Amino acid sequence: MKRITCECGHENPEGAVLCEACGKPIEENQHIDGNDDQKLLNMRYDGSARRSKTYNRTFVDKVWNFFSSVKVGVWLIVITVIASAVGTILPQEMYIPPNEDPAVHYRDQYGLFGQIYYQLGFHNLFSSWWYMILIAMIGISIVVASIDRFFPLYKVLKKQKPKRHETFMKKQRVFGKTEDESVDLELFKKNLRKQRFKVYEQDGHLLAEKNRFARWGPYVNHIGLIVFLLGSLLRFIPAFYIDDFVWVREGETKVISGTDGEYFIENKDFILETYDESDERFQQALLNQGGPVPKNFQTDAVIYKRSESSLPGQEPELEIVKEASAKMNKPIKFDEYALYQASYQLNEFSEMTFKVHDKDDEDTNYGEFTVDLSEPETVYELESGYRIEIQNYFPEYEFSNGEPVSVSRFPKNPAFVFQLYPPGESEPETSFLGIGANIDASGENEYKLGLVNFDVRDVTGLTVKKDYTLPIIAIGGAIFMIGVIQGMYWNHRRIWLQPKENGVWIAGHTNKNWFALRREIGKAIEGTNIQEPVDQYEMEK
Amino acid sequence: MGDLVTISGNLLYAAFFIYLIATFFFAGTIRDKEKGKSRLAGNIGIGLTIIGFITQLGYFVTRWMASGHAPVSNLFEYTTFFGMMLVFAFIVLYFIYRVDLLGMFALPIALLLIAFASMFPTELSPLVPSLQSHWLYIHVTTASLGQGILAVSFVAGLIFLIRQVDQTKKSKHTFWLEFTIYVLVATVAFIILSSTFSAMNYETTFQAPVEGQEREITYEMPPLVGPANGELLTEGAMSPLLSAPEWMRGEDAAKKLNTFIWAILGGLVLYWATRLIIRKRIAAAIQPLLKRLNPELVDEVSYRAVAIGFPVFTLGALIFAMIWAQQAWDRFWGWDPKEVWALITFFFYAAYLHLRLSRGWQGMRSAWLTVGGFGIIMFNLIVVNLVISGLHSYA
Repeated sequence: MKRITCECGHENPEGAVLCEACGKPIEENQHIDGNDDQKLLNMRYDGSARRSKTYNRTFVDKVWNFFSSVKVGVWLIVITVIASAVGTILPQEMYIPPNEDPAVHYRDQYGLFGQIYYQLGFHNLFSSWWYMILIAMIGISIVVASIDRFFPLYKVLKKQKPKRHETFMKKQRVFGKTEDESVDLELFKKNLRKQRFKVYEQDGHLLAEKNRFARWGPYVNHIGLIVFLLGSLLRFIPAFYIDDFVWVREGETKVISGTDGEYFIENKDFILETYDESDERFQQALLNQGGPVPKNFQTDAVIYKRSESSLPGQEPELEIVKEASAKMNKPIKFDEYALYQASYQLNEFSEMTFKVHDKDDEDTNYGEFTVDLSEPETVYELESGYRIEIQNYFPEYEFSNGEPVSVSRFPKNPAFVFQLYPPGESEPETSFLGIGANIDASGENEYKLGLVNFDVRDVTGLTVKKDYTLPIIAIGGAIFMIGVIQGMYWNHRRIWLQPKENGVWIAGHTNKNWFALRREIGKAIEGTNIQEPVDQYEMEK
Repeated sequence: MGDLVTISGNLLYAAFFIYLIATFFFAGTIRDKEKGKSRLAGNIGIGLTIIGFITQLGYFVTRWMASGHAPVSNLFEYTTFFGMMLVFAFIVLYFIYRVDLLGMFALPIALLLIAFASMFPTELSPLVPSLQSHWLYIHVTTASLGQGILAVSFVAGLIFLIRQVDQTKKSKHTFWLEFTIYVLVATVAFIILSSTFSAMNYETTFQAPVEGQEREITYEMPPLVGPANGELLTEGAMSPLLSAPEWMRGEDAAKKLNTFIWAILGGLVLYWATRLIIRKRIAAAIQPLLKRLNPELVDEVSYRAVAIGFPVFTLGALIFAMIWAQQAWDRFWGWDPKEVWALITFFFYAAYLHLRLSRGWQGMRSAWLTVGGFGIIMFNLIVVNLVISGLHSYA
């Protein structure tokens, strides 16, 4: 690697814009930071030699330079922002009703615009490959840009010397000459120390510096972001992340999905509480709402674990792990799993009892049978010799084009097609029976089936989660916050003083908040006979 | 209970008027001649602002006592709190930089927010189960504080633009600056119209199909735009000039469109009436008042506000939000519109910081960015709640 030796004797790496030790502009590299015809030096990375600004020949250089560019980074952010905004115009696929076909839903609900939106894939934007690529590119950009800048900046701030080159001093934004032989340097140093500056000396030249660590803030927060993104990436590995769902009816004990049959849950009771409409505080709001407002969703449950001794295939022996209630904001946690109250279904049918009677006389009774809706049998033989076969079962029926169809597997609105064989007959009578529907298929039936009784119960829906990525993501978030606070709430400040024959020169630099820097300089020169420096920066119009 | 609610309401009124008076004192500092002279007006201004803030804090505490939960759970409560956080952020930045004129702009924006908030239903509302968490207070208050601080950067940015944009000739800058002012004026118009019609107890009822069912829809402003296929039920009421397009299906979509059009028209009337009187651009009329102000100082205030507000916003609106979402909905992130817009806000200010720190965007460009950022914050507050609904729609 080519080295550049400065007149102060310091050897600089190729690509250095300012001498690492004395800050003298290195002539052939001034174009890099655009210092050529500027009155002031560009101090952004202290004129350090960055790889991205030094090499641009090979393919690797070009890729490196692309990702290390802040301009590219900002463009990636802008594209992501626009894409994300578009993704909120219509609801994402996960928020549309679950059993609707998205192809139909978007067209029906939002017309042509909806169809285009769907066809361009915006209905699933945030898990689309190109959105992921955008995020990944931002991730790469963060890594490359940080490495490109952190190491050179770290080195240059480590190697800097109090003795600066004259040009460096003159071309600082805050600069002032004092022509006065009675400058009180000791007081100046004391004042600086009072403001928590560290003062370094070299041949009468002074460097006062504070909060250098603030310069590392951006790199720390970038590390946090990368940890966060990696944590999210780990979720694609099943060992790290399980996301499942279980429906449990009241009174039922069921294996918890996603736990490899290891854990079971018993739903003792599902509770839905609503706000009392006579509650004075909220009366007006409840009135406006025009319906009950839920106050609490809760599942009282018992969690069991399959005992070690039970053999596969056998009815499992269960040991109680814990009895607990899952509420909104209060999941049940056991071992590495958590159960979240996510959904419910009130008054699902559990059993229905029917009787056979004459078509024209409801008071006759040729026998009754009870259908267990979670496990209906195909044939029911009545003692009176009648036989009923279930030809078709619709747990939640709807009519679509005149045909009954089931829109879900859950017995919320059950209906049946029954075939009734009177004693000795081989030809059945067919009828359709649901809530509020009792249709004689042929119109020539002699018998009719009637609903005598039914039982309902609540069903609770719980999300099952196991997530080992959470701690990683949390650490990423914490590192990010530390970094961003470190970088934003502290400012790196330096003040240089150079002795002259009949006075001193002083210059100052900060990475942000120049007014505050000048205020600090003002305090430091109080009573020292040093003249207040001026801000040489002119804001462009 | 009723008493506490009344006290709370009165405290909010009081705070509103104290802020208003404080604004006049800050405006009075324009006449302060050279520096070093009397700072009386400014001192009274900031004193009143602090008293107003404490009064509003009283509103907050009494309302909390009355309802049993922190009053940040619906659009009225949240927007009011946002206004309060804007005042708080202003107080903090005032003591860092002591720019009196910042108050002349920050307080009116806070007043606008509080007045706007009271256009929404103000009654106490019960908390649905997902909101019953301490994270409601932690997440919402921190996010709002972050937004309040970022709003101060907008205020300073706006001052910078009014001070710096060349008003001698027409340009993109003058156009967009007037547009920004127009939006503020339209908000004023909305508040005036809305309170006038509500004082008159104006109501017109329609019957219209919503999702295939006939519903009654009550307008609180005269219907310029009626619901699609709606039928006027109120006798003697004005019939709508236009009908909302078919694709606006939400229950109140047509009503919201109607209110929006009223605000736009009211804003136009108010804006052009002002321009006719002053006979120049509004920004041009304000500009001379800001002559004494150092533009670099205002630029730094604006940037400092972003520097302070960005971490607070990230903590409140993203990190605390994720912790809560993990507890309530079993996932820390769900791409809900409100979440996405919080992320957009985060990205936007991240871009601002990168452009400023690494690409030297200062002054004018940086000021325009703060206007855009505030636009995004308000979009997330209003449009996402009222138009794009999701898990977060309170109102």
